[in-house]
Amino acid sequence: MNKKTYRNPVGVSRFTGLLLISPFIIGTAVFLVYPFVCSFLLGMTNYDGIRPPQFTGMDNYRNMLRDENFCKALGVTVKYAAILVPLKLLVSLITALLLNMEIRGIGIYRTAFYIPSILGSNLAVVIMWQYLFTSKGLVNQLLSLVGATPVSWYGDPDKALFMIVLLRLWEFGSTMIIFLTAIRSLPREYYEAAKVDGCGHIRAFFSITLPQLKSVIFVNLVLQTIAAFQEFNAPYMITGGGPLKSTYTIGMLIYDEMFRYNEQGYANAVSWVLFMLISGAVAVMYAIAALMRRDEE
Amino acid sequence: MKKLPVYLLLTAVGIVMLYPLLWLIGASFKSNDEIFSSVWFMPSSFDTDIYKNAWKTVTPYTMGHYFLNTFMIIIPKIFFSVISSVLVAYGFARFDFPFRRFFFALLLGGMLMPSLVTVMPMFMLWRELGFLDTYIPLTVPYLFASEGMFVFILVQFFKGVPKEFDEAARIDGCGSLKTLFFVLVPCIKPAIVSIAVFTFLWTMNDFLTPLIMIQSVEKYPLSLALRLSVDSTGQNYEQNKLIALSVIGLIPSVAVFAAAQKKFVSGITAGGLTG
Repeated sequence: MNKKTYRNPVGVSRFTGLLLISPFIIGTAVFLVYPFVCSFLLGMTNYDGIRPPQFTGMDNYRNMLRDENFCKALGVTVKYAAILVPLKLLVSLITALLLNMEIRGIGIYRTAFYIPSILGSNLAVVIMWQYLFTSKGLVNQLLSLVGATPVSWYGDPDKALFMIVLLRLWEFGSTMIIFLTAIRSLPREYYEAAKVDGCGHIRAFFSITLPQLKSVIFVNLVLQTIAAFQEFNAPYMITGGGPLKSTYTIGMLIYDEMFRYNEQGYANAVSWVLFMLISGAVAVMYAIAALMRRDEE
Repeated sequence: MKKLPVYLLLTAVGIVMLYPLLWLIGASFKSNDEIFSSVWFMPSSFDTDIYKNAWKTVTPYTMGHYFLNTFMIIIPKIFFSVISSVLVAYGFARFDFPFRRFFFALLLGGMLMPSLVTVMPMFMLWRELGFLDTYIPLTVPYLFASEGMFVFILVQFFKGVPKEFDEAARIDGCGSLKTLFFVLVPCIKPAIVSIAVFTFLWTMNDFLTPLIMIQSVEKYPLSLALRLSVDSTGQNYEQNKLIALSVIGLIPSVAVFAAAQKKFVSGITAGGLTG
């Protein structure tokens, strides 16, 4: 057997590194692997938080298919992610491109665009959103000022979901910063060469910028998809999941089953499905990215 | 002048981004009627009594109490998170050890784990251990570098520091830990500031974890205190009081961001940290 050699400075044992990362190993075991396995096992029981759990096999998963709330929540979550993620990426990318132009006062704009995203799910922001979109709130007042008919944001199922999409879209700053950093690190020579060859701005974007941003787009896509699938705070506080469950996300369903109906076994099964959904989505994106890379070669 | 359209567009977006916050501050001084009838953010009069009343809250405790609670969570969390992430990142960046690649893959994979999946079993674990309704579930996990993103960013920063620094320190007789604290940590200060700031901001924004783990009003952090005020504010109640509370709730995040902005922008940009 070949003994593996570890490249460490003289006098440093191969266990020094292990010792340094030991908090991470313990943490992963206790706060990640344990709950993950536990969630899977509980998902196959009828645990209600009081009586000892009984093994029920795949019953919870079978019931899910028949559970109207689950099907509705699944649809809402997928629809929410499908609207929000592309929109947010597009807005972030365009803004980052604009900010990349040599303009004065870019720092002010960058800060202004970034502030909403640091406030994130802060409850105060969620409360603010609630007020902005009430029937006589700021948004409807502005709509009537320009002559449009005010919208019933809380009454119309499609509008209610869109109101939450708008909140998360308003927080596009962090995604934009990632794009901006990546764009700034692109070598200038390419653009100068393209200019010499008579290539316009738009063509330069599609032939130089976009191909080089692929990996950053992928990172942002993955991060935003994970976040969108887990949406809980905004619908919980702003709409309570209504109207007609049109903003009832899987996150809300898990919370309700767990803490309102004490269906802890079922809640864990649903959270596992959510995990599978997210990893499935990430795997698909990863596969597509890999295929695109192979095509180029 | 070619850039005028760009300026106009950026300014328009900037207004959309900031006006809601400006409006919120203005609305905290307005009467119910004015809130729902004027789009202009400036209130017709400034009545500071609203803030005095809002500060008292609907609970037996003042906002000061909830601020204190929040800081009792945030301060240990920042310490735990910075120390553990720096040690773990140092291990990954500078040492070779068995299963190094496997553990690093685990770190990246862990970042994909939805917190909604783990929060439920963790709730049950803390309940069994009898730590529910204490700040332990909210702080102790951060002793174990549980934020993979932070470790990842620090590893990137460590890699930017030339290895010759370590070697020079070693020749001068520094051990691994001494090298870390006296040579490397000063080099990666911006990253450490970023981690501290993001721990602060994320804790201010966190709602689900305290909602699940903390039950007694006495121990509520700001976010839960705000929710309590929403629940007890009826349709015709003084809305400005609730809005004033929201403004108060936003101040710490904005203040910390403003104070650290310059230092931590390099941290975000290097690691691609998100808000």
